[in-house]
Amino acid sequence: MSKPKIRIRGLRKAFGNNLVLDGLDLDVAEGHSQVVIGASGSGKSVLLKCILGLLRPDEGTIEIDGRDVVGLGGRALDEVRAKFGMLFQSAALFDSLNLWENVAFGLVQGKGLSRRKAREIAMERLAEVGIGEELSTLYPAEISGGMRKQVGLARAIATEPEILFFDEPTTGLDPIMGDLIDKLIRKCTRELGATGLSITHDMASARRISDRMALIYRGKVIWNGPTAEMDTSGNAFVEQFIEGRTEGPIEVDFLQEHA
Amino acid sequence: MVPILTPLGRTFLVFLEAAGRLVIFTVSALSHCFRPPLYPRLILRQMVEIGYYSLPVVGLTALFSRMVLALQSYTGFGRFSAESAIPQVVVVSITRELGPVLAGLMVAGRIGAAMAAEIGTMRVTEQIDALTTLATNPFKYLVAPRLIAGVITLPLLVVVADIIGVFGGYLVSIYKLGFNASTYITNTIDVLETQDVVSGLVKAAVFGFLITLMGCYNGYHSKGGAQGVGTATTNAVVSASILILSFNYLITELFFAR
Repeated sequence: MSKPKIRIRGLRKAFGNNLVLDGLDLDVAEGHSQVVIGASGSGKSVLLKCILGLLRPDEGTIEIDGRDVVGLGGRALDEVRAKFGMLFQSAALFDSLNLWENVAFGLVQGKGLSRRKAREIAMERLAEVGIGEELSTLYPAEISGGMRKQVGLARAIATEPEILFFDEPTTGLDPIMGDLIDKLIRKCTRELGATGLSITHDMASARRISDRMALIYRGKVIWNGPTAEMDTSGNAFVEQFIEGRTEGPIEVDFLQEHA
Repeated sequence: MVPILTPLGRTFLVFLEAAGRLVIFTVSALSHCFRPPLYPRLILRQMVEIGYYSLPVVGLTALFSRMVLALQSYTGFGRFSAESAIPQVVVVSITRELGPVLAGLMVAGRIGAAMAAEIGTMRVTEQIDALTTLATNPFKYLVAPRLIAGVITLPLLVVVADIIGVFGGYLVSIYKLGFNASTYITNTIDVLETQDVVSGLVKAAVFGFLITLMGCYNGYHSKGGAQGVGTATTNAVVSASILILSFNYLITELFFAR
């Protein structure tokens, strides 16, 4: 594996008595697209929030380009975050801003560009994800869920980040729109030369957008390898997950409670 | 003994945790009010929201409550043949107490709830997380402009409410109770002291801070989807109203206690 852009060691995070991440290790190589899969509640979102600095881990290190970012604050954290672009599960567009203002937000606030220049770039980004200029003055409440994801993707790539994060990029979308979003993710990541880290439990989407996949179970990475080798991994956890079986080493809480 | 003390201790710890969280939030919010960059456009937008759009409700409250005050004072003072004191009672009670308190309570209901709902919705739909990942501090972008706008706008709103209120008392006194117009105005101006107006404006500024602080705090810490946002909205209005009444006493004590 080439030099890791993201290197995570011994990451631990608990909420009260609920241990969500339990000494998690993960490397994401520069320019690669890593997908983290796992059942609901396995700690995928918490992992992402720890990397983004939205949650502070209890233990462990998260290195971005070799620099440990755990515990960073103020300007140092802003410098690290400037490398990030993020597509949220619900797109998280700002309701009070129209579409182009949403896309231009990071350019104006983060990079200090003028509104005029930021608008030009926002229009280019919107066009790249298939949103025409005539729609750019609409507000998020006026467009469909799929279009919101497209705009969210345009916002994520607007500042040309080095690392792109995707939180359940296809959840709640129909299969055709899901495929479109996946293609856009591949295209945008490739064009930017960015490193990608996605979390999802949509196996079809995971296969389309990843170079490597990692399976999380009970706060630990159970398996990590190239996507092409996943089906022949011989790992019982991986096989159960990709086949969608309730029988196997992955315990389903509901079944335990109702056995 | 243990079964009684355990829930008491737990409640006390929860209270301490909430108090600590509020203090940290307040200190952080205040520090962002004095550190650049500030967002003049956002402050102006909030001032319009708090001030301009609250004018009808605050104005109507001021008008009718002072008209009632004049009528009730006339009935009450008539028992002691002190009807002539009505202009003084109306103007002093308005500028010192009724103006800031009623305006504060009305704005708490309108703006405190709206702020908690807006910021709460942003919290549960990950918009606040999105702000953070776009290298924008939510305190600076969402909280500070609202606090600054609240502190500036509420005194302006109270000045308008005071004028409308005095006018309401004037209308009832002249056209209903038969007072002489020029005597009423002269008595009103003569009795009014700078301290009456200043104390009212200080109260208004403090109430503006409290309303916006409670709106932002409850919205920022809301969780659990629509129900969480609803709870945040209720808490914002209730806590702001209680704080307004408590601080009203404290400031009155500070200005007028001998």
